[in-house]
Amino acid sequence: MRDALNLRGNHALLTRANPLAKFTAVTLITLVLALSIDWVSASVALAFELLLLPLAGLTLALLWQRGWPLILAAALGGWSTTILAPDAGSVLFDAGIWSISAGSLQLGIGFMLRGLAIALPAVLLMSCTDPTDLADALAQNAKLPHRFVLGTLAAMRLVGIMAEQWQTIGMARRARGVGSSGNPYQRCRAALGQSFGLLVQAIRSASRLAVTMEARGFGGAARTWARPSTFSGLDAWVLLGGLGIAAAAVAAALGAGTWNLVFLTRQ
Amino acid sequence: MTSSTGVRPAAVTARGWGWRHAGRPRPAVSSLDLDIRPGERVLLLGPSGAGKSTLLHALAGVLGDGAAGTSGPAGDAGDPEDTDETGSLLIDGAPPRAQRGRAGLVQQDPETQVVLSRLGDDVAFGAENLAVPAAEIWPRVREALDDVGLGRLPLDHPTSALSGGQKQRLALAGILAMRPGLLLLDEPTANLDPAGVLEVRDAVGRCLDKTGATLVVVEHRVAVWKDLVDRIVVLQPGSATDSAVLIDGPPDRVLAEARDMLIGAGVWVPGYVPATRTRLAARDAGQLLLAADGLAVSRERPRRAGLRNGFRTIAPRPVQSGVSVQVRAGEALTITGPNGAGKSTLALTLAGLLRPVAGTVSAAPELSGGASGRADGRAGAGAGTDPYRWKAQQLIARIGTVFQEPEHQFVTGRVLDELMFGPRHLGYGEDRVDELLERLRLTELVDANPYTLSGGEKRRLSVATVLAAHPQVLVLDEPTFGQDANTWAELASFLSELLDAGTAVVSVTHDAEFSAVLGGTELRLRPRQTAAADAPGPDLELPEGVSP
Repeated sequence: MRDALNLRGNHALLTRANPLAKFTAVTLITLVLALSIDWVSASVALAFELLLLPLAGLTLALLWQRGWPLILAAALGGWSTTILAPDAGSVLFDAGIWSISAGSLQLGIGFMLRGLAIALPAVLLMSCTDPTDLADALAQNAKLPHRFVLGTLAAMRLVGIMAEQWQTIGMARRARGVGSSGNPYQRCRAALGQSFGLLVQAIRSASRLAVTMEARGFGGAARTWARPSTFSGLDAWVLLGGLGIAAAAVAAALGAGTWNLVFLTRQ
Repeated sequence: MTSSTGVRPAAVTARGWGWRHAGRPRPAVSSLDLDIRPGERVLLLGPSGAGKSTLLHALAGVLGDGAAGTSGPAGDAGDPEDTDETGSLLIDGAPPRAQRGRAGLVQQDPETQVVLSRLGDDVAFGAENLAVPAAEIWPRVREALDDVGLGRLPLDHPTSALSGGQKQRLALAGILAMRPGLLLLDEPTANLDPAGVLEVRDAVGRCLDKTGATLVVVEHRVAVWKDLVDRIVVLQPGSATDSAVLIDGPPDRVLAEARDMLIGAGVWVPGYVPATRTRLAARDAGQLLLAADGLAVSRERPRRAGLRNGFRTIAPRPVQSGVSVQVRAGEALTITGPNGAGKSTLALTLAGLLRPVAGTVSAAPELSGGASGRADGRAGAGAGTDPYRWKAQQLIARIGTVFQEPEHQFVTGRVLDELMFGPRHLGYGEDRVDELLERLRLTELVDANPYTLSGGEKRRLSVATVLAAHPQVLVLDEPTFGQDANTWAELASFLSELLDAGTAVVSVTHDAEFSAVLGGTELRLRPRQTAAADAPGPDLELPEGVSP
């Protein structure tokens, strides 16, 4: 996972944009799409987002590799909406309690597209943004407290270490006779024990890391930044792009008459 | 006193200084009187519990604020109001906490010495925190990386791709970029292989020669640091009346005068190898227990290919392949090789904890239990030949594995329960447990929480817990890392006894003296290549007339 977040070798245009600008653009698109369940706004936004893939150094294969859980979740959400939503229009398929009608199919597709259109910008953002640069921008440009931002960033490094520790602790416990076999109750107990072991190690690592950081002078009031986070002309385009995609999605949906605000929808 | 590098060496003064951690009845350090002149290089020695780490943490200004010693028990972090400081401890006449960056600390565990994910950013971190002007930081970063010998790596090199020795040198660079007058090293090489130890020691030497900074280093292995320091201070565990400093003077004099005392305290005195039990004369080749054939190993699990490749299973790339080796009753097998050669991975695969990427690990009937006539019915029933497929309880009654970090294997909150855990689940009696308690000096500790033991006690407990299940094969991963000479000698003697009693011992180790005590065969792995045993045994042959 840590390798997936490493940007070495990615020289796409959007890697040079300020992380805060990208973050704002993504937030704009996500907010607007969260407002309405309709397939027009979602598919317009999705189409633009797919066009942006090369700018973020992504290909469809890479996108699947990094974002498949989100893509699967969107598809699953769409499918369950299709079979469970109240029927409207002609019924296309009927299997007792599950049925698919034209109306529920439309709703389901809208749901799936919306899920994709909301998830994709986040995948795009993380693919062309180094977490360290994002932290720099959040602390320097957005003026979030640097103790908090840098603490979170350092803690994120421990997540990868914890994944390795989980595997090691699992093996170490098997070597003590605690197996991950048996009935569900035994498995559950074994997993709980393993989690406790991981928790103890996580606390140890965290307190050692805290000493390391404090010994390097972390926590003082004054601080300089070796990597100044600055804005350039590119960032104006990023913001405009985000705004444009959001506006185009709303305009298309309003034009097609499919715009429906989620909180106004009749249940 | 300022050198050309902008470093002003620091002076340390302690007058009747003492410190008690929150929630502890006794002080970690008391009545410490010590003067360290600017530019002096001091090696701190003393038995476990003498407060060496506490002193370093205090000098680094991180004490009393969640500063748990790496070798100390859990829960050192505590309510600052509950801690107790007496006397004074000053750097250049002022309290350490008030002078951030005046002292720099490198600790033992390489993994938690790294803060950020890119090499250059990590080195810059300390300088940024000291509000060094941005334009001055990058020249400092490059210089520090050059000084520790990492200057050839690009600044955006991922820190996760560094070896243990490189991580410790990176930590040193991060400290150097702060231009501290006092370098504090808390067992910086305890977790490293011999090459890593020298890398770090030499980097420290170069930096001190260049900056003239003061050095205080805590380390058990005196030989590593002896020629670099010009003074040895031996501390003793805190008591209200005696001084905390037992002996103080130039290395040669201290080592001559206090040799016996240091040996008694478990310090690795140069030129001294602790006495250990000698193995009995070699007998005939032991019974074959476990055989690996054309083994390829990796810690990664197989993953699924994407849609385009039809979701096939893709085997991980092995770190080591083509390994054929045999494990025999009463014989020692030592796995050696450079960092990253897959020594631990191979051992864990032999131990039935990792699935082989290719090749086989097969247990002979003698071990799998089909024809061995073991008395215990429950776990002794035939278990198949593939240890990876055994149930956990079948496994521990046959192959015991002691991990590098004892804490990973603790499953209860009390030493006695920890020892009883295996036997209880296997339906064994408790006689072996008493014997192990006695033999590994754990009798006094039966009610203690395993997590609160000292490093040496944890190691002894982890060996005892695994042996309580009566395995015929014992696998140990770096059992002597970071251990003092006393624990080392006990462990080596105990294992040599086990070997003579017919247990097979497989150990991953860099410790040539340790493998010399155990004897047997050495399997030297080459980095990421096909390996072969230096003294290969005969091909796998199952005993005739034995049906699995």
